[in-house]
Amino acid sequence: MTDTSNQAYVRTEMLSEQAPPASDIGIIGWMKHNLFSTPLNAILTVFSLVAIYFVLGALVPWVFGGVWHATSLNECRMVLGETLGVGETASGACWAVVHERFWHLMYGFYPSDMYWRPNLALVLLLTAIAPVLFNGLPKQMYIISASALFICPWLLWGGPVWTPIVAALGFGVGYLLHKIASPVIGPLAGLIVAVLGALVWWLFLAGMVSQGLTHAIGSSRMESETVRLQTAIPQQAAEVERLTAIIEPIQQRLDKVQAKIDTVVQVGVSADNPVSGLIREKTAIQMALNAATAERSKAEALRRDLVRRDADIQALVGNEIRLQELSVQMKAARAALPDTVAGFGSMNEVTEDLAKSLPAEDIRQLAAALQLENDYINTTIIINRVYSDVGLFGLTPVSSRQFGGFMLAILLGVTGIVLSFPLGIILALGRLSNLMIVKTLCVGFIEFIRGVPLITLLFVASVLLNYFLPKGTQFDIILRVMIMITIFSAAYMAEVIRGGLAALPKGQYEAADALGLGYWQAQRLIIMPQALKIAIPGIVSTFIGVFKDTTLVSIIALSDPIGWVKLIQAKTEWNGIVWELYAFVALVFFLFCYGMSRYSMYLERKLQTGH
Amino acid sequence: MTTMTDPPKGSFRLSMLLNDTRYRSITIQTIAMIGFMLGAAWLINNVRVNFALAGIPFQFGFLWETADYDINQRLIAYTSQSTHFRAAVVGLLNTLLVAVLGCLLATFLGVLFGILRLSKNWIVSRLATIYVEVFRNIPLLLCISLAVVAISHTLPTPIEFRGENATASMILSDSVAITNRGIYIPEPLFSRGLGDAPVFWNSFEISLDLMAIMAVLIAGLMVSKLIAGRAGQIQNSTGVRPATWHVRLAIVVIPTVTVLWILGFYLGYPELKGFNFQGGTHLRSSLIALWLSLSLYTGAFIAEIVRAGIMAISKGQTEAAEALGVRPRKIMSLVILPQAMRVIIPPLISQYLNLTKNSSLAVVAGYMDITQTLGGVTMNQTGREMESILLLMAAYLTISLLISLVINFYNKRTKLKER
Repeated sequence: MTDTSNQAYVRTEMLSEQAPPASDIGIIGWMKHNLFSTPLNAILTVFSLVAIYFVLGALVPWVFGGVWHATSLNECRMVLGETLGVGETASGACWAVVHERFWHLMYGFYPSDMYWRPNLALVLLLTAIAPVLFNGLPKQMYIISASALFICPWLLWGGPVWTPIVAALGFGVGYLLHKIASPVIGPLAGLIVAVLGALVWWLFLAGMVSQGLTHAIGSSRMESETVRLQTAIPQQAAEVERLTAIIEPIQQRLDKVQAKIDTVVQVGVSADNPVSGLIREKTAIQMALNAATAERSKAEALRRDLVRRDADIQALVGNEIRLQELSVQMKAARAALPDTVAGFGSMNEVTEDLAKSLPAEDIRQLAAALQLENDYINTTIIINRVYSDVGLFGLTPVSSRQFGGFMLAILLGVTGIVLSFPLGIILALGRLSNLMIVKTLCVGFIEFIRGVPLITLLFVASVLLNYFLPKGTQFDIILRVMIMITIFSAAYMAEVIRGGLAALPKGQYEAADALGLGYWQAQRLIIMPQALKIAIPGIVSTFIGVFKDTTLVSIIALSDPIGWVKLIQAKTEWNGIVWELYAFVALVFFLFCYGMSRYSMYLERKLQTGH
Repeated sequence: MTTMTDPPKGSFRLSMLLNDTRYRSITIQTIAMIGFMLGAAWLINNVRVNFALAGIPFQFGFLWETADYDINQRLIAYTSQSTHFRAAVVGLLNTLLVAVLGCLLATFLGVLFGILRLSKNWIVSRLATIYVEVFRNIPLLLCISLAVVAISHTLPTPIEFRGENATASMILSDSVAITNRGIYIPEPLFSRGLGDAPVFWNSFEISLDLMAIMAVLIAGLMVSKLIAGRAGQIQNSTGVRPATWHVRLAIVVIPTVTVLWILGFYLGYPELKGFNFQGGTHLRSSLIALWLSLSLYTGAFIAEIVRAGIMAISKGQTEAAEALGVRPRKIMSLVILPQAMRVIIPPLISQYLNLTKNSSLAVVAGYMDITQTLGGVTMNQTGREMESILLLMAAYLTISLLISLVINFYNKRTKLKER
């Protein structure tokens, strides 16, 4: 081996580092490597730049040159046309529609003085999911999470203050039964007893307790309520008068501005003869007018409600006596029915053939008996209404029909997400279980739900569910849709979680068995934490899918954001407006969904335990 | 030393149903079964009672009544005098049509943007990312609405093509007209055609011309494949591949062209007559809007699947192929894609399934698919809600289960063997 170190032509020390060539660093270097590395890349870059130029060139003036203050599409066009010469077409968005209808797009017809309720519910929800989203928060936060489940619906729909408590008590009943029964009859039977007990509570007892409380408070308040109404009704009438008086001058101001606009338009709108200032003024007045009109119609509705309530209370004693009479008459009429028609509960059951074969007298009797039963039900409803009006101790009820806009989308999305997650875990475990029947049921359910489009399930909710429930069951449409969205997303969630479970090495299951863990212990401590972590991307994309799919409810005539877009387009003043509304709705959806997908990436990185 | 104790034999006690794992599964399953049966019985009984109360029978006879409504796009003969059943079939075929077209375009877009997202060109990959993120994060219903609006608001009306100084003109030497009512393209016609032949007991007709052309084309392709196979054999044994492309091309093209000539093939061009175009094939704007929006939406998801599939193949595979001296172009087709396909195909097919189910949103575009015919007009006209919706679900379920079978078959065939 020759020693090279003392040869004359061999360098003994290292060369000092040199700066890279100027074309390889900085912006030029970056461009050389990322934009123009090959001829094909260069061509693609140029094409992309041209495409971007054209798209932005059309989009930027449209978005930023938009009109924010106007009361109709026509006025938008006037303002846009003002700066242009004859023959040029205006390019600019009419954001005024979003400006004017913002609250409708957000909350639908939810009463504007109660916006704090959905807002508070949202804040509560965010607090509730905080311990799930971020670690390092105190465990006690889960108490808020649990209570939010009951408080949020109460905030949204209103009603007596004890509704959430009574609902939550169902779990208390179940827990108590489990505690008492398990030591005696074993954990499995204890669980079954607990579930049955909770169901009995929710289906029968909860309603009775709640109604009983309302009834008690109602009867104790009845006297004072009568007195209060004596003064409240005239007061409310005066309030309506006052608001009407306020509206008139605003209307006059509006007419004046409109007249000015008309003269400008007649002369011809141009840069010298501007109309935008007037339209801006008109918009402000119009919005004030809208607010005042809404205020007045609300006051008027309240006044009518007070009058009705007064009449109801006046009639209460009479109605209660009548109810007793009806009860007796009804039973007598039913008992006296001839055998031929005795079992019938509706005149629809008497088909044409039957009507021919039966004596007319029997049918007449049946009709009379059914009429009495109907009267009885109606009187009960009126009496209950009085008590629930007077005995209300809590928030003013808001009916589901008033829900709308993004509030509805978020409500449906959040319930779908929150409820489908546990349901999906159960279905996934059921599908992978060794129990043949349980497995078959789960597979059948999942494949059925995944095999049909959501829209058919929503049709079922809106049209068919009445057939599947006992006659006369009143079932809120939003609740029905929630159930359908939940089971729909649960089926997808189950498949995603099954994927996570399948991706887990067999050794994990075997190790859990070797440690002597039971089925649920193994699931809770070993399997689920890992499987769910693997399934995070799929879970979050299912969540995003659920949120996006809530827009389908506009097809069954619920007024979610897209339903509201249709409603606004149907108004004469905004007829013909399309891009701005869709753009706004798309932007809001994009922000929500993109936020969720970013969060899932953050979560994946956070839970990353590999290298 | 370990002692094994057998479980106690004989003496079955009732408590073992709950506490003994051998019997507990039976108990749980029995309870589940009873619960399920009770629930189902309750629902069915409610339906029975409610139908009786409403005084309507549960039957499907209405399907054979006259439909009394028109369907503007039909693949088989249909008039308003046809039955509701036929209307449903027309709708189903329309669903399948938009699904197949959508799957093709969505695959193209998905593969294109999936690969562009992996491009080394910064701007191109960013643009592909924007496309994917935008369409993955806005609701499909909004996409369809936007597509409808884009077509009806930005494309010219047929009237604008008229007169001396028309503001719009036909493209491709006056053969294609793009209007807001749809696209009019030339239609194939035959001067010496064979006509149509009724099949399936006269329920619908198929074009014999088309069948003849297809038969010749497929036969030509099969012969061409045989020749290619023989060339491959010769290459394997001698190392020299005989040039066969001209023979193969001729064997496909010449018979087809001959058949076209015998049938007297010519194109019927669309022409502006009155307020609208006549002649040619009319692709309705509803179909185009639905097709484009479904494809763009699903394409974004497919792009992610393709990207994930390619990225799932470790870099070592590329390097190994390079080390073996495989040419760079062949690496993709011989090494990366065959492996990536295993990852890509199952979710890809499930995206096809989603696209097919999502086509039920056709109502927004005014496209007459099965949800619009059977679950829309038929249901509203006859009032047969239960029957219509059940049939509708059954139709979609059948499509889904067929596609699921394909996925399962593929998964079984390509599954990695494990212990």
